[in-house]
Amino acid sequence: MSGPSLMDSLFQRSLEDLIKGLRQQLIGEQAFISKSLEEIRKEIKSTDLSTKSTALLKLSYLSNLHFQDMSFAAFPALEVLSSPRFSHKKIAYHAISLSFHDSTPVLLLITNHLRKDLNSTNEFEVSLSLQCLSRIANVDLARDLTPEVFALLSSNKLYVRKRAVAVVLRVFEKYPDSVRVCFKRLVENLENSDPQVLSAVVGVFSELACKDARSYLPLAPEFYKILVDSKNNWISIKVLKIFSKLAPLEPRLAKRVVEPICDLMRDTGAKSLLFECIRTVVTSLSEYESAVRLAVGKVREFLEDEDPNLKYLGLQALRIVAEKHLWAVSENKEVVIKSLSDADPNIKVESLRLVMAMVSEHNVSEISRVLVNYAIKSDPVFCNEILGSILSTCSRNLYEIIVDFDWYVSLLGEMSRIPHCQMGDEIENQLIDIGLRVKDVRPELVRVARDLLIDPALLGNSFLHGVLSAAAWASGEYVEFSRNPLELMEALLQPRTSLLPPPIRAIYIQSAFKVLVFCLHTCFMRGKSIAPSASLDNLPAGVSASASYESFDDFSVENGADAAVVHGQTCASAPITKESIVNILNLVEFALGPLLGSHDVEVQERARNLLGFVDLTKPEILTSSIHGKRDSEGKRVETSKIIKLMHDAFSKELGPVSLSAQGKVSLPDGLVLKENLGDLEMVCGDIEPPSSNSFSFGSPFEEEKDGLSFSNLQIKEDNEQSNESTSLLAAHRKRHGLYYLSSGKSEMISNDYPPANDHMSQGDINDNADDLVKLTAESLIPKRKPKHGKPRPVVVKLDEVDEKPVAMKQPESRDDSLSGAVRDVLFGSEDIPPTSSQSNLSNSSKRKGKEKQHTYPHIESKESAAGDGNSSSRRRKDRSQGKERRRRSPRKNDEERKDADQKEKKKSSGRHKSRQRAEEPLKVPAQTPVIPDFLL
Amino acid sequence: MIKAVMVMNTQGKTRLAKFYEYLPVEKQQELIRGVFAVLCSRAENVSNFIDAESIFGPDSRLVYKHFATLYFVFVFDSSENELAVLDLIQVFVETLDRCFKNVCELDVVFNYSKVHTILDEMIFGGQVVETSSSEIMKAVEEISKLEAASNAITLIPKSASGWRSR
Repeated sequence: MSGPSLMDSLFQRSLEDLIKGLRQQLIGEQAFISKSLEEIRKEIKSTDLSTKSTALLKLSYLSNLHFQDMSFAAFPALEVLSSPRFSHKKIAYHAISLSFHDSTPVLLLITNHLRKDLNSTNEFEVSLSLQCLSRIANVDLARDLTPEVFALLSSNKLYVRKRAVAVVLRVFEKYPDSVRVCFKRLVENLENSDPQVLSAVVGVFSELACKDARSYLPLAPEFYKILVDSKNNWISIKVLKIFSKLAPLEPRLAKRVVEPICDLMRDTGAKSLLFECIRTVVTSLSEYESAVRLAVGKVREFLEDEDPNLKYLGLQALRIVAEKHLWAVSENKEVVIKSLSDADPNIKVESLRLVMAMVSEHNVSEISRVLVNYAIKSDPVFCNEILGSILSTCSRNLYEIIVDFDWYVSLLGEMSRIPHCQMGDEIENQLIDIGLRVKDVRPELVRVARDLLIDPALLGNSFLHGVLSAAAWASGEYVEFSRNPLELMEALLQPRTSLLPPPIRAIYIQSAFKVLVFCLHTCFMRGKSIAPSASLDNLPAGVSASASYESFDDFSVENGADAAVVHGQTCASAPITKESIVNILNLVEFALGPLLGSHDVEVQERARNLLGFVDLTKPEILTSSIHGKRDSEGKRVETSKIIKLMHDAFSKELGPVSLSAQGKVSLPDGLVLKENLGDLEMVCGDIEPPSSNSFSFGSPFEEEKDGLSFSNLQIKEDNEQSNESTSLLAAHRKRHGLYYLSSGKSEMISNDYPPANDHMSQGDINDNADDLVKLTAESLIPKRKPKHGKPRPVVVKLDEVDEKPVAMKQPESRDDSLSGAVRDVLFGSEDIPPTSSQSNLSNSSKRKGKEKQHTYPHIESKESAAGDGNSSSRRRKDRSQGKERRRRSPRKNDEERKDADQKEKKKSSGRHKSRQRAEEPLKVPAQTPVIPDFLL
Repeated sequence: MIKAVMVMNTQGKTRLAKFYEYLPVEKQQELIRGVFAVLCSRAENVSNFIDAESIFGPDSRLVYKHFATLYFVFVFDSSENELAVLDLIQVFVETLDRCFKNVCELDVVFNYSKVHTILDEMIFGGQVVETSSSEIMKAVEEISKLEAASNAITLIPKSASGWRSR
């Protein structure tokens, strides 16, 4: 079926029929749409342009509002476009602007249609064509239609002219060389008296200035005139936008515009213009104290306004001021704090940010306390917003504002217990980071970790798993600070740990390992030594024995009066008894036995390690506790040796490692790093990294037996060569440690299990606004807090790692060439002595040269048409000379060559304009003469 | 620069969508859904801003206005003034009102082309070119006349479809 029959086109549904049908929904929307699409596909092949255009219109409708693909209609759209009728053209243009993009295959065929309509005498046809161009122009279209656009820039129909001005933006962006043709006329339009045209031109310049403001400094006098004369708010706003970009670049200009802007601020009745003035002052003129004062006064009016929009914007402006003038926030702090409990989420968030801006070393604990209390009461979204901002503020610049880390660590623990808390990952990072960096805080960290670990309820909250993994890690790593390691052991092995995702569970097991080794070590070393207290010296003061001893007393009684009597003496001084150890060993076996068949390799391996260790030590401990010491003296020595070795392996402290540490290791001779692995990426590119879950070892039950016996064997072997095993373990640990540290974060991060979507119970959300204001009002008073009792502990810093590498933002090359073109034109037309810079001449010129080559005739013809052939052709000649030279010169990196090149260039063509890149502040002085003196 | 204009009803049905940079339809749908998800959760009488950066990427702002059953949403970047864009929404709605005499959602539904024409008169390639609702009306009327005139030469009257629906 090639096309619709005559009957089909006679009874074609119109767009209105389609809409009606859609609304009636007799057969369901989706079915109706596909049926209509089928019809359209037929109708669009019709030879009758009316039928075709109606089909196209319907298709546009379905594409626009029901998101149907209409790429198949690209060619029919062009056919409809060729119709002489306006209504068809309009439909076609609409369809094209909806569906065409840079890779539409028929895009090039549209050039002539556009050109024809651009030259039309009907302004609406021209407008349609321009509109389309503004939407779909690519390099080719922009290049080919530059002459038409140029002509329309001086059209005497304002309706057309302002659209031509607006389309220039897209044309410049796509084809920077068009600047040389059109820029002069664009600038001429700045003097147009018609506000519509002026608004369009100023709009274009404000867009251009956003991308690269420096190029437009020479136009400052024109903009200044508009700023002073304009009566149109739209235009004033746009000019202010331009000045907020230009003023920071040129102090004299800033000085010049600050007064008119203040006048505008005082006089205007329009809130939008007023706000723009405020914004310009606070962002770009913040060193003018009086202007800032005036602006802050106006901000206060906004803050006190009923309209939530104004209030929101006022807070936003205040936040910008706060960066340099914190007094402005303090002056308005009451409003800010009240806004924390505003009904409007935007206002709440904005005021939260302001409150955080006021945080300092002295009030951080009060503000955090108040905010945390407030977070508990507020809705989940805002609660996390609050927690997030506390976390980021406190951790800023390596916990700069934190003096009392004990307080902060317990705050972290508290925050993670807030029911709505979803910031687990961030808290996790900070807990570990602080643990590594701040030695003094470790006892408190272990205490906080313990509190988190022993609470079985927390294990059910998937958002907290990160925090728990950090807690588990910290309690294992710094177990020597623990008051009661046995309790930790029980917490780490509690049944509900099965709720944890495997990677975190593996961390739990590894931590249990560390804790167990510590317990055994403490117990055995003490038992060996004659004076029990001596071995406890390494425990910090304050490790209480009695409290925890009570709980384990029962066990020793159970195990037999004998044992209790034998060990009664040692037990009195420490919580760890042989009986409790035996209990723990049993617990380990009981809890980890099932994990030997775990499908997760990490969990399985660690469980095996731990169980192997238990198997190795348990018989000795049992015999020694039952039969006394004498029988097994020889074996005991061996066991304690193992324990000592393990303990030594674990007791080496992990410190933060600089990101660049690897780079500092000098390359050993003979190590070939690059040669053979260079193309490895290519090879590995399509190999999916295996997820840890994909390993499976067949039937878990069978495996369990084998694995167990194997590990037993393994360990027995190791028994003989314990040296080797320890070194292996140490090596593993080292690797593990490095992995962990290299990112400055924890390995636990590597688990990116998506948090389960458990809906948290909607807690009671009572916004006790007054309460809050009362609370915060006190703490926000910038009173000098009494100095903290203890000095700020040392925070380990690494020279490089903590300063984030400042990535120099490389501007897009297109922008670069655009601004280059603009500078060429501007500096040329204003006869400014050239400023020299060689920055990236050579690398931008190659591409440009290419573009220029095939567009050359074009420019030439246009420039002569422009009537300033003389100067422009000279300019062009200069350019081409420069271009040749540049082409001769080798690629960049050849500094000397370039230098020489530069000199030669200066000599040979004095007027040669070279591009100056904005990110070269050193060259600024050379730039200053750009602003003519009559402005200053 | 204005990035997008959307009109949707309170049920989330799109009534008008205009993106000033090309986006595949799927992406458009996703964005509109994203905006609606935020819009419908907002109370009345709160500010007319939404954090747009999470939906539209960096340097984007969004203001909306709620009239009867419709949300009018404008997305733009830092080179526009928020309050001015709010005014622009007002102009757009006023123009629709003038054009359709007490505009309601149905007018927007059934006058797909005309609504687009009005919007195109105001915003050209993401830039505001006309802010006077009477000027817009004038142009839109001219365009309608031109369309009617060019259609008048049609040999087969397009009312054919009208017969059937009767």
